[in-house]
Parts: sequence; C-alpha cells; structure tokens
Amino acid sequence: MAILVIAEHDNQSLKAATLNTVGAAAQLGGEVHVLVAGAGCGAVGEAATKIAGVAKVLVCDAPHYEAQGAENVAELVKGLAGGYSHILAAATPAGKNMAPRVAALLDVAQISEIVAVEAPDTFVRPIYAGNALATVKSADAVKVITVRTTAFEAAGEGGAAAVESVPAAADLGLSALVSRELVKSERPELGAAKVIVAGGRGLGSAENFHGLLEPLADKLGAAIGASRAAVDAGYCPNDYQVGQTGKVVAPQLYIAVGVSGAIQHLAGMKDSKVIVAINKDPDAPIFQVADYGLVGDLFQVVPELTAAIG
Amino acid sequence: MKILVPVKRVVDYNVKVRVKADGSGVDIANVKMSMNPFDEIGVEEAVRLKEAGVATEVVAVSCGLAASQETLRAAMAMGADRGILVETDAELQPLAVAKLLKAVCDKEQPQLVICGKQAIDDDANQTGQMLAALAGWPQATFASKVSIADGKASVMREIDGGVETLSVTLPAVVTTDLRLNEPRYATLPNIMKAKKKPLETVKPADLGVDVAPRLATLKVSEPAQRKAGEMVADVAQLVDKLKNVAKVI
Repeated sequence: MAILVIAEHDNQSLKAATLNTVGAAAQLGGEVHVLVAGAGCGAVGEAATKIAGVAKVLVCDAPHYEAQGAENVAELVKGLAGGYSHILAAATPAGKNMAPRVAALLDVAQISEIVAVEAPDTFVRPIYAGNALATVKSADAVKVITVRTTAFEAAGEGGAAAVESVPAAADLGLSALVSRELVKSERPELGAAKVIVAGGRGLGSAENFHGLLEPLADKLGAAIGASRAAVDAGYCPNDYQVGQTGKVVAPQLYIAVGVSGAIQHLAGMKDSKVIVAINKDPDAPIFQVADYGLVGDLFQVVPELTAAIG
Repeated sequence: MKILVPVKRVVDYNVKVRVKADGSGVDIANVKMSMNPFDEIGVEEAVRLKEAGVATEVVAVSCGLAASQETLRAAMAMGADRGILVETDAELQPLAVAKLLKAVCDKEQPQLVICGKQAIDDDANQTGQMLAALAGWPQATFASKVSIADGKASVMREIDGGVETLSVTLPAVVTTDLRLNEPRYATLPNIMKAKKKPLETVKPADLGVDVAPRLATLKVSEPAQRKAGEMVADVAQLVDKLKNVAKVI
C-alpha cells in the first residue's frame, strides 16, 4: 500500500519540513504520494513532483483550503485515506494541529513525533521531554504519524512524479482565518539552521538579547533561539522558543548564551552536533550537555566572540 | 456558558524521570505528581472567563486513576465549580481519552472545552484535536489569546513564524499554549473550599467507551547521553576548538 505525506506549504512554496517527512516515508517501504491542499497552490504541487522518491502528487486546489484549517483538510484526508497504509505529516505546529484530527476521524491512534522507524508498524518516539524513548507498535490499519524533522534526512531533488488533481471535500464552515501575522526575518529558519545562537534569562533584557545575539548571529549566518525563561520575560517572540513545548532543533553548532539548561530546554537542543555554553554560573546544568563550556560574563564574552569570528 | 476543562495528573515538571532497568517504562513510584502545566493554564483561562461573566460554570474532568481526584481538587481550588472523574486503572491513550471526553461532552453540553496542548509525560499533543474531530467541532490549538462574543470564539494561536487569529463557531475546543496566561496559585481558603465542591465519579463502561490501547509499548529506553565536554578558559581557546577540532565555523 502507498504512503501519503501531507505537504506543508504557504500556497506559494513548499516548506523544508516536507522533505524530511518524505525522508521518513521512504523508510516505510511503499509508494510515496504527497498531498498538496491549498488555494492557488499549483506551484507547490509542481515543486513536490521534483522531490526524489515521490511517485505521485495529489493537488487539491479550492478556496476553502487557502488557510489550511485543520477541520477542512482533515475531512479531505479522511476521504483519501482508504488507499494508504500510512499518513505522515511533519511534527510542526501545522502538522501537530491536523494529524490528530485525521487520526480520530479514522478511529486510529496517532503516533507523535517519531524519531526512528523500526518496522512499518513500529516506531521510536521521545516521551518525558526526551528523557526516555518509547518504542511503540501500532495495531491500526492506517498509521497516522507526525515526524520529528531533525531525525530524518531531507529527501533530495530529482523526482519526476505525476500530478493528479483530486476533488475538494465539502467546506465545513467551522472556522475562519481572521488574520495572520508573520515575523519577517532575513535569518534562516530555526528548524533548518546550521548554526543557532540561543539566549536565556541571563541576558537580562530584550535590548541585551537582541543587541548581543544579533551581531554574533549575523557573523555566523545563524538563526536565533531562546529558552522559555527568555520568552516568558518578553525578550523575544514565542516562536524563538527551543524546548519540549517549543521547537526541537539539531544544528551543527548551538551556542547557548545565558541559558541555565532546564530539562525542558535541553529536550529541544541536545541532539545538536556541537553545543557551546556561555554562562557565569559554573554549576549551570547546560554545561553537562555542552561540548565546550565557557564560564564568564556574557556581556564581555559575547562581543569578544563576535569580534574573534572572522 | 459552560466550560469543560480536562486535567491530567502527570509527573511534576521538575522531576527528571528515570527509565526502569527492565525497559518496561519509567519509574514513577514515589515521584511527585502534579496537574499538567498546560492544563493549569486551561483551568486559569476558564476561571477568568467565568470571572469576566462570560462563562457561568467551569467543570473540570480527569480520566485515570482514583488519585486523579487530587488533580480535580487542585482545579477546583483554582476556581472550577465541580469535578468529574472518569476512573479507570487501565492505560489510557489519547484516542481513548478523547472518546471519554466526547461522552462527557454529550452529557454536559459545554460550549467550550479548554485542553492543555500537550501533557508533559507522553508529549502526545493529540487529545484536544481528537475530541474536536469526534464531536465535529472546530478546534483552535496552541492558543495565546481567547475572546468570546456572539456565539463565536476568537482565538490567537501560535504558528510557525508568528501568530494567526481564527474565528470559530461554538461549541469548540481550544488548546492552550504557554503565553495564554499565568495560572494563579490556589489560596488556602480556596483549597479548603474545594474539598466541599461536588466530585462525581464514573467508569468508562458507564460512558460506553472502549478504552483499549491501540499502541503497544514494546520498550522504553534511555536516550543516548552526550559525552562529557570540556571547559575552555577564554574566547580565543573556544574559537580555536570550534575552528580546528569541531570544525563547525
């Protein structure tokens, strides 16, 4: 049976998370199809045909999918589910919003945020903020899964899938998008960045957070992240948050500045390749996961580091 | 308007759990248990809506062991009017909990259900969305602001790269994100008062729900531990390590 990957997109371009989800799907053994549901989303469907390993792209283009509300998209996926053994979405806010709704409509379990495929019905997923890994086996006919994108290689280019247009399901009319405010940023996305500079409560203020971290991030071409404490203190927007309930990242280099290292934060970044911690408290738990620790006054160390990086 | 608030008893967020040596699960014997933090935010929001005159009654619901009564009392100490315990010793997975909650909703007819976005034990992030699906209601997940007017809820929600505002018809399910509010601490008089509030107990069978798990947990293991790193003396040494040893800059 085939595997359906629900594409994440903004009606104009495909989000990178979709490629990692296809990467996970490729491990399940079966033809991979990608569903692009949106409005005026032809270019996204076209882009999806080029993903390596994708056999078919289903495009459902209708005005009531423009905002990609979970209610309408789940209804559509329910109608398509018959031909599939697995339905996958990225474990992003959009995927987490929609996938459980699909599963409940199909009366099956949903398997959240898998980090490994052991067998087509057996998966590994983190529990307790990543302090334990559970291996779970599903007895359901259709496996509805969200995929932790950092745990799977992105599928490459070079595919030549066919496009099939699928009819829309009825508009349920339960929900309407009033407005969407996206922060425009020149920086790489947190989820896809190779380098992340993250700030914690130690920075002391929003001015310091931005004033100290941005020049360093500029030099490194890095994304900026934050601990929950920094978000709660209002130093930066919520979607900077790295951790159990924020974003899970795994860059090549993660520089934690003034972050104490609560287990909830560690859950979001401990799979980074190299972790650097800068903190004035030598007992801060962040040092227990850091490859390189520097005990010092961040107000001195960070500008020095920024200057030292060519 | 009646609001239903599901609350889950979980290992306290400050506890670092240990995996059992036999790989059968995590050791939660003699560990401090608390209300799931996102559910506390849900209770707080419901109580604030009642204080603002928008809601008339706040009903807390918990599914699980008899000890979940404590969690319901905690919700009532924060201001919930009464509690319903769906008591069972069986392992409950999100789909089963959503079905139990759907059955409670059929009976209680709330206009709004406010769930935590995820429980910090299984980290599933499913129950609210599943309940909305089973009830055929709209869902507004990861909420950072909720307002109710004219039979609709306007919900600002956290999405990748920013926020969006949805207008959903009632009844609806909202799930809470961290920024929605800061839950109050229950005062001693309110804790005492909560002991006298009504708490009803039902069984899954009374609700006609099959709670059999769909996922079998084959094993639970420790994640790979990072090997101990090293301390560097100054910025120059750090930059040298990053350039020449780790080769990441």
